[in-house]
Amino acid sequence: MGKAVLFDAEICIGCRACELACKEKHGLPMFDLTKQLDALPAETTTNAGTYTKPPELSAYTFLKVGFHEGRDAIGPLTVYSMRKCMHCEHPGCAAACPVGALQKTSEGPVVYDDNKCIGCRYCMIGCPFGIPTYQWDKPVPFIRKCTFCSDWLSEGKEPACVQACAKRTGSLTLGEREEQLAKARKIITDSPDKYVNHIYGEKEAGGTSWLFISSFSLPFEKWGLPTFGSTDPVAVNVDRAMVAIPPVLIGVAAVMAGVYWVIQRREKIRQENTAKKEVTK
Amino acid sequence: MIERKRSFPIGTSILSFLAILGLVLVVIRFINGLGAVSNLSDGRPWGFWISFDLYSGVALAAGGFTMAGAVYIFNLKKYHSVVRPAVLTAFLGYTLVILALLVDIGAPWYIWHPLVYRNIHSPLFEVALAVMTYHIVLALELSPAVFERLNWHIPLRAIRAIQIPLVIAGITISVGHQSSLGTMLLMATQALHPLWYTPILPILFLSSAVAVGPAVVILESTLSTKVFGDKLELNVLSGLGKAIPYILGIYLLLKLVDLIVRGNLGLIFSAYPQNLLWLGEIVIGVVLPIILLSIPSVRQNRRGVFLGALLVVLGLMLNRFNVSMLALAIRPGYAYFPHWMEVAISAGLVAWALLVIWLAHRFLPIASDKEVAV
Repeated sequence: MGKAVLFDAEICIGCRACELACKEKHGLPMFDLTKQLDALPAETTTNAGTYTKPPELSAYTFLKVGFHEGRDAIGPLTVYSMRKCMHCEHPGCAAACPVGALQKTSEGPVVYDDNKCIGCRYCMIGCPFGIPTYQWDKPVPFIRKCTFCSDWLSEGKEPACVQACAKRTGSLTLGEREEQLAKARKIITDSPDKYVNHIYGEKEAGGTSWLFISSFSLPFEKWGLPTFGSTDPVAVNVDRAMVAIPPVLIGVAAVMAGVYWVIQRREKIRQENTAKKEVTK
Repeated sequence: MIERKRSFPIGTSILSFLAILGLVLVVIRFINGLGAVSNLSDGRPWGFWISFDLYSGVALAAGGFTMAGAVYIFNLKKYHSVVRPAVLTAFLGYTLVILALLVDIGAPWYIWHPLVYRNIHSPLFEVALAVMTYHIVLALELSPAVFERLNWHIPLRAIRAIQIPLVIAGITISVGHQSSLGTMLLMATQALHPLWYTPILPILFLSSAVAVGPAVVILESTLSTKVFGDKLELNVLSGLGKAIPYILGIYLLLKLVDLIVRGNLGLIFSAYPQNLLWLGEIVIGVVLPIILLSIPSVRQNRRGVFLGALLVVLGLMLNRFNVSMLALAIRPGYAYFPHWMEVAISAGLVAWALLVIWLAHRFLPIASDKEVAV
């Protein structure tokens, strides 16, 4: 079982240090409120009615803190959500990729290989969270999404966002997935009046390596996260169909060969019979 | 052999213009990226090229394997004369699919990667492999036309010797990837609307492709009668038309039973606006053709068969657009309408194909019914 990050939205104060640390780590353009950096159109955003910016994840933003108006025991307040790659236990993107450019590693991250990708964008279809993004403005484009800082993780370092948060509120923490689940359960049972009794990512899409817990002031439906009818991995129906292909194809070939043989044989016998009749006449 | 035939009615000049415009736009796409010529976005990563060129294109090329199977395996000799045009259209159809994908995918210089980095669990891997191999099979099935023209008897004899295995391979590969195109969309558990999302999508894809096979052949022979003057016998057309209601009937039954079993039948009335798209593809492409082509007097009439076949093709295209574009919302809140350059690039590719068909009919024995003795 690999690593997992737990995001406790209740103690997040929306400082966005995680967003900026992510951008710094990956050399991505910072936000530009002055709209003077024309070279970075993906990041010049307009007021969306809330303090949320940019409106969505893009090839230049792998992690996004969402700002929402909520209400707690004291009164109205701004509450925060998170949107980023969930690093599924059974990732749909990796199942979809025809060339295996996306892989789930045993450590936890779902990683992407620039050198294999053909740019079909089927991973974007296969992701139930709508996470992978594409470099639409590049002549040589790649898929981009959160990497879980897998290079740092394998060196024993924490991801950039977790490091940035640890020194501030500590809403993001890294640990073994089982331990993180136990920790999340404990937080919820310790304050049942505060937290929604649900660990998002424990069972969603067959389980994910990023786990979210949230307070009643911002239930998960308002995060913009999908709700799942079952706990099956995304690719379960695809796998069933794919397993059937080899026997079905062998069957089709055999039936076609059989039909051909029977029809040709019947034709031959018919011709012989007519020939015989002519002789006996 | 090379006689003067009537020139193309749409006008070779218009076709040439579209073909060249398409080329220019493709150059822009490779210099400035996909965003410069398309309205694709992170919320709608697949658009017109996938729906029209890949999904509709592959389905409409089903005439190749259905006709080859009917004539060479099921020995329905009556349809012999339509096999070669059907195989030619299928070959060009798959060529278009591949060319369009070279424009659509981000790194076309790596299009061979599925051969090396294989993810055998991916339905798109199956499709990629099948399109590559089936393209070769179609080229071989078509090659006698070239060899006959050149009077090359030895390769002609070699191809004839493996003709039946080739046809069986073509049918097998087609069954595989026609259905896998449906399997591909099963990955979109959250994104594809429940009116279309069903585990039996691969079977629906295969059955609708088999139904559209003869319809495309009817359309194509009617049009080529107009353009090239090689008139196809009416009883061939009505025979093809007669088969369509049976296949469409099975398809309709599967679709309805599936909706009932999943408890989603009510969505036909409640899921506005998707229900209109669903009703559109069912009424235009399934119900009307079943009624029309079941009436003998309609079938015995060239215009009647043509109309029935046209409805099947339009309905199937709407179905493929629905599942791969209109009812497939990857991220909520994102809208998509194709950019004119996306449509123009596809139109350019079709123009190239029409020019090639025209040349093939002029210079190759495509419409000839007789097999040259070797």
